[in-house]
Amino acid sequence: MRQTKAVEAWTLEPLEQFVAESGAQLTLLMTPAGQVLAQHGFTRAVDVMSAAALGAAIVASSTEIARLLDEPGFATLNHQGVKHGIFLGDFESPRGRLLVLVVYGPDSSVGLVQLFFEELVEGLVAAAPAEERPQAVLAANFEDELNQSLASLFGR
Amino acid sequence: MSTRYQQALDSVTRVRGVRGAMLVAGEDGLIVAEALMEGVRGKAVAALAASLQKRFRQAMEAAAAGNPHFLHLQGDGGTLIVVPAPDGILVVAVGAPDMNVGLVRLEMLRAAEAIA
Repeated sequence: MRQTKAVEAWTLEPLEQFVAESGAQLTLLMTPAGQVLAQHGFTRAVDVMSAAALGAAIVASSTEIARLLDEPGFATLNHQGVKHGIFLGDFESPRGRLLVLVVYGPDSSVGLVQLFFEELVEGLVAAAPAEERPQAVLAANFEDELNQSLASLFGR
Repeated sequence: MSTRYQQALDSVTRVRGVRGAMLVAGEDGLIVAEALMEGVRGKAVAALAASLQKRFRQAMEAAAAGNPHFLHLQGDGGTLIVVPAPDGILVVAVGAPDMNVGLVRLEMLRAAEAIA
């Protein structure tokens, strides 16, 4: 069964390749607002929503810390645990700024994830259609968009 | 980079045919110290060599053969050698296919001892 699912089809091939090469257990591709474009490994919608919201919040916090330090920004963040690591990276694409959240286990490493993250970014930038940038999230249509995204990701 | 690490790597890169040497954090696959010729993709070699060493260590454990002391991959275009050092550090060298593997191995084992 295919574990990688995408709301936007152009993200699928680069993401599948990244997962296969990096050994990532879970991966989310999303906008800075937490809208998910693709995911790998999640089996429950509630986990995707939580991970996307928390990942977007971490990136927003670190971006603000970077601003206070007069830094241009932190390109990647890595949280190393005993059994798992969390890697967060952001990049500019023709579809605007995008975030990638990766959870990796003992079969992978931060070095491998970083290495193949660079290739993922190249693949996504090359594959992204330029005509449409992600729209700002409005409270009025947020729930509908969220439900549509989750239906695409989980086939419900 | 610390002088001790630099000296350890210099002794490896002095051997003819060696294109570069690195100290790599074995669990993370990240470079601790490096002495590489231009064109060697250090980050990629470090991450993949650490991953390989981890897999080979698991294979050796499964075969009840203990821990690997030396990993040597010979390709058409070059050679990759990995020697585990104490504290989870790996000494990694890349070189020409015809480099003196025996001498490189000796220098890498000395480097592993020197950084302990």
